[in-house]
Amino acid sequence: MFSRVLIANRGEIALRIIRACHELGVGAVAVYSEADRGAAYLDMADEAICIGPPSPAESYLDIPRIISAAEVADVDAIHPGYGFLAENENFAQICRECGITFIGPPPEAMRLLGDKVEAKKLAKKAGVDLVPGSNGVVGDEAQGLKIAGEIGYPVMIKAVAGGGGRGMRVAHNDMSFRSGFAAAQAEAEAAFGDGSVYLEKLIAEPRHVEVQVMADAAGNVLHFFERDCSIQRRHQKMIEESPCPVLNEKTRQELCNAAIRIIKRANYVNAGTVEFLLDKDKHYYFIEVNTRIQVEHPVSEMVTGCDLIKMQLKIAAGEKLELTQKDIKHRGVAIECRINAEDPANGFSPSPGTITRYIPPGGPGVRVDTHVYQGWTVAPNYDSMLCKLIVHQPTRTEAIATMRRALSEFVIEPIKTTIPACLSILSHNLFVKSKVDTEFVERNF
Amino acid sequence: MAQWDDQLGKLKQIIEIMKEHNLVEVQIKQGEDEISVKKGQVQTPQPQITAMPVIGAGIPAVLPGAATPQQEKLAEIKSPLVGTFYAQPSPDSEPYVESGSHVDPQTLVCIIEAMKVMNEIKAEVAGTIVEVVAVSGEAVEYGQVLFRVKPD
Repeated sequence: MFSRVLIANRGEIALRIIRACHELGVGAVAVYSEADRGAAYLDMADEAICIGPPSPAESYLDIPRIISAAEVADVDAIHPGYGFLAENENFAQICRECGITFIGPPPEAMRLLGDKVEAKKLAKKAGVDLVPGSNGVVGDEAQGLKIAGEIGYPVMIKAVAGGGGRGMRVAHNDMSFRSGFAAAQAEAEAAFGDGSVYLEKLIAEPRHVEVQVMADAAGNVLHFFERDCSIQRRHQKMIEESPCPVLNEKTRQELCNAAIRIIKRANYVNAGTVEFLLDKDKHYYFIEVNTRIQVEHPVSEMVTGCDLIKMQLKIAAGEKLELTQKDIKHRGVAIECRINAEDPANGFSPSPGTITRYIPPGGPGVRVDTHVYQGWTVAPNYDSMLCKLIVHQPTRTEAIATMRRALSEFVIEPIKTTIPACLSILSHNLFVKSKVDTEFVERNF
Repeated sequence: MAQWDDQLGKLKQIIEIMKEHNLVEVQIKQGEDEISVKKGQVQTPQPQITAMPVIGAGIPAVLPGAATPQQEKLAEIKSPLVGTFYAQPSPDSEPYVESGSHVDPQTLVCIIEAMKVMNEIKAEVAGTIVEVVAVSGEAVEYGQVLFRVKPD
């Protein structure tokens, strides 16, 4: 096991990793920007190093500063968390060259699966259905129109290098295709420096269902079941749960095994998530692989009783997975609400400021993952997530009741938070019946 | 109302500390909040010599006004990088600067080694080194004070 690990991240995930390190007897080295100076979670690390000014580009995204900190702190490994450098293959490569273990997949696997087009080719070879589409970059409008005709409208024009919902357009017919195609290319070029686009059939009422996987260096791959993340706003997840309420056991097994096949074929190591879209007929289509640990990993931890971060550390340190798939059982229902410093009554505009009163919920079945506390000042430099509230109960009805209770107990003042929005969603008839899809929030709120 | 009482209480505490340590100016920043307290400067009246024993040519001398009490405001040279601080170019050479050295903005004051690259750090201030704070061969973080300088 490592002696010391540097955490190239901040906030709640940095704290999460510090905790896993300490339980394994590993020294945790935190880095911080000037905007995070004084954060209480830094005192929980064994060492904290200031690496730069508030701007992410000069701190958490700055590879030389991170590596330099890793060298002066003499660490064996770096955990990148999620976001920032977590899916930066260049960073993973540099770590390798500097003799520092990157806690995540090898750069080759990251590169392969990070390329959406290559990932789809791999999934197809693994016998997994893809969303009907161009299956590659669309060269020009004429070619695009032909393919759109074959797939059938409506179609989505998506940026190859894209993410976060940008560089995307929907076309319902040839005319909107022509205008959308050029616009999507231009937006992709501007946002990602790569104007290549591909096409996908627009799936009606899609649910976002993803499978948590973990692979060790010996090629053993396990799944930790699925998460339904359909409750999204502008492609940002708000609420996640496990199990997916509408899957039967047969489809669940197929889905999870499909994820394993894809991960094995990519020679992937460590934690990852395979994303699918589920249509109203319960057909699943491969979308992409997230080559990192994700925000919503606690949902899978609660239903399987496993600590995924500790597992990441062990795998990176060269240990084989001691579990077999049979050992991993799905128990009960877990739901997670992300709570952001945003004002739902005001278009979810950011609500920075100092939290003068903070009283987290508690009681049976409640878990709060956060770096926030009374006196914490929410800075404008980083994402607005304050905490993750996770509940776990034997049934979905009980989980919803516990989540409602926990949200109602939660005091975060005086800034505005998304707690009221989460409460509204949890009380909505359609959410309770789980008749939702990825457009549910935007349609109803 | 409670917030105002809090602030007044803080202010009183700050004033007490200033009196105790004979400080002229205190600035406290916490997140977005900032308190700045400055002691009013005491003007010592210029001593006027109205009568003086005539000595020699009998030209009355006027003594210069007493200087107002000033706290020395030192500039700090802070590390722009994370790395290892070296005060001299090689183990057996003289340090680039030491206490008493005069520097101007382009003066090379130290090396910070980061990822095997030796970064030359310039003073970026004109003045005299008062204190070498960082220890040669030890790690420094971003923003860490390396030297204190009395500006010209």
